[in-house]
Amino acid sequence: MMKQAYDAKLASHLIAGFDARPEQLLQILHALQEHFGWISDAAIRQLADELNLSRAEVHGVVSYYHDFRTSAPGRHVVKICQAESCQAMGSRALTSHAEATLGLAMHASTDDLTLEPVYCLGNCACSPAVMVDGKTFGRVTAERFDAIVAAAREAN
Amino acid sequence: MAKTRIYVPRETAAISVGADEVALELAREAKQRGAAIELVRNGSWGASWLEPLVEVEIDGARIAYGNVTAEAVPDLFTAGLLTGGDHPARLGPITDIDYLSKQDRWTFFRCGLIDPLSLTAFRERKGFAALERTFEIGSAAVIDAVTESGLRGRGGAAFPTGIKWRTVADTEADQKYVAVNADEGDSGTFSDRLLIEGDPFCLVESMLIAGFAVGATKGYIYLRSEYPLARSILARALDTARDAGWLGPNIQGSGFDFDIELHIGAGSYVCGEETAMLESLEGKPGIVRYRPPLPAIEGLFGKPTVVNNVVTLASVPNVIALGAERYAAYGVNRSLGTLAFQLAGNVRRGGLVEKAFGITLRELIEDFGQGTASGRPVRAVQVGGPLGAYLTESQLDTPLDYEAFMEIGAMIGHGGVVVFDDTVNMAQQARFAMEFCALESCGKCTPCRIGSTRGVEVIDRIIAGENRDENYDLLVELCDTMEDASLCAMGGMTPYPVRSVLKYFAEDFAPAREAGK
Repeated sequence: MMKQAYDAKLASHLIAGFDARPEQLLQILHALQEHFGWISDAAIRQLADELNLSRAEVHGVVSYYHDFRTSAPGRHVVKICQAESCQAMGSRALTSHAEATLGLAMHASTDDLTLEPVYCLGNCACSPAVMVDGKTFGRVTAERFDAIVAAAREAN
Repeated sequence: MAKTRIYVPRETAAISVGADEVALELAREAKQRGAAIELVRNGSWGASWLEPLVEVEIDGARIAYGNVTAEAVPDLFTAGLLTGGDHPARLGPITDIDYLSKQDRWTFFRCGLIDPLSLTAFRERKGFAALERTFEIGSAAVIDAVTESGLRGRGGAAFPTGIKWRTVADTEADQKYVAVNADEGDSGTFSDRLLIEGDPFCLVESMLIAGFAVGATKGYIYLRSEYPLARSILARALDTARDAGWLGPNIQGSGFDFDIELHIGAGSYVCGEETAMLESLEGKPGIVRYRPPLPAIEGLFGKPTVVNNVVTLASVPNVIALGAERYAAYGVNRSLGTLAFQLAGNVRRGGLVEKAFGITLRELIEDFGQGTASGRPVRAVQVGGPLGAYLTESQLDTPLDYEAFMEIGAMIGHGGVVVFDDTVNMAQQARFAMEFCALESCGKCTPCRIGSTRGVEVIDRIIAGENRDENYDLLVELCDTMEDASLCAMGGMTPYPVRSVLKYFAEDFAPAREAGK
């Protein structure tokens, strides 16, 4: 998922798409992150300006929600569900397998890859579940996990 | 030659195990063989254990094939898929599958049947009939029907829906709202997602009915970000409904104006708590509000707001169309109607089971679920999400009834049932309950914010065998404080799973002692 570099003009256009309504802040942050991969200080300053909020208010929202990143993620984002249903189907062992084979700890990131926990993908009847680059996979064994990550890397 | 209709679900669970690849392969193979097929991407029936579940329509009957893989598609064609030919994957008519035929499909009656984005298919299956009836009978009669049906909130708190609607209807205001809670964060639950992905117009119709009944003209759907497919299906359904005049001003000439805005959450569990959700909808951190005032009186942007869960609302159209007494005929005691239970975790046949209240956990897990996926004995069952108690095998005969569950210190919540086999370490599960609370606490109240972190530490000390008795007492005291003094269910109910482990699985806290025996 290659993202483009921050572009204030494009950001301004995206903000305008939500009529610059402050209650749309989460939606705007999602849109910015979709385009630029993460929320930079420049983005926070611009959001505060254009939504007529304080920088503290914008920062407060960015830091409150798990979804918003304040640094660039890897090209591929791998999320492994850590919630109870997946625990019952071996997500702890799957997580250890992922950390060992990818050489990455949870929450760690390289240019190539970001490994993160997620708490429920709503795919609980097909546990354990993972999400790779926004796509949900179920009944994930260690072998299947390796294949899914390899396929994602091959795709770009 | 008429085209043979083949159904392959476009639904998260089905796609997560290869439904898209199966659909592609079916199209490719049909083309190669010169066979005329019409591929319909339907919603899922919710029998997730059979996904990808392919159906072929023959003379009006739908013949099902389960756990189909892309690799098996050429084989299936050779076996006569298009005429319902025999194959190891063949399950017979979909209506004969016991997992589905034994259910009471009230809320999910359309889910799986149709292409969820076809307004025509929706209309053919009674879609918007309840809304038309709503316009005829008027708002007071609608609220009476919802009250008489006994419908209670399916999000977790089980508050009577009719009373909530009446409060909003009776509150004077220049603007009122309907806010739908689709922040389905409990592990083991996916009924909101299945409904949205399988029958999104049903949610639109339900919101219109609620809006008309209480005098609201604007609706919001707060959908969690972990559901990207539900998001795209819902967004398309809203556009389609708007284009066809089912959203916007003067809906179908009724004089009623209503529109819906879709908001996406951002990975915060506590935003499933209704006041935190309202804060989040206003673009702020999802920090819970003090109550009172109730959202029904001062909710979104300070205006009277109906806050309902997806499945709660989606149960309403049939209450209007078929009558409150029909719904109230299902269920037991004060738990009337049906609940969309969700079987998950270590279970052989996981999926959605919509069934009248009063069924026991044992029936759900043994009859529908057929026991654990691992084949090992069931050791613990968590019902109602991460804030729900862990139950033992001996409690499985408890009927699923809100009050009966409260009596045993448990809750039904949103109806998620997560099964664990005997390899589970329950001390680890108790620790996770505190850890999850620490991670997701909004931070407004001290018992939840600090208590959860201290809880993890105390449990770690107990597991390590450090001053075990003192720390055990301290943990119980901490649970008391969190339960009594937290602002919302996050801190207030995290003790439920912890206490249930202390009570029923205490042996897992004493591995060192056991080993020393």
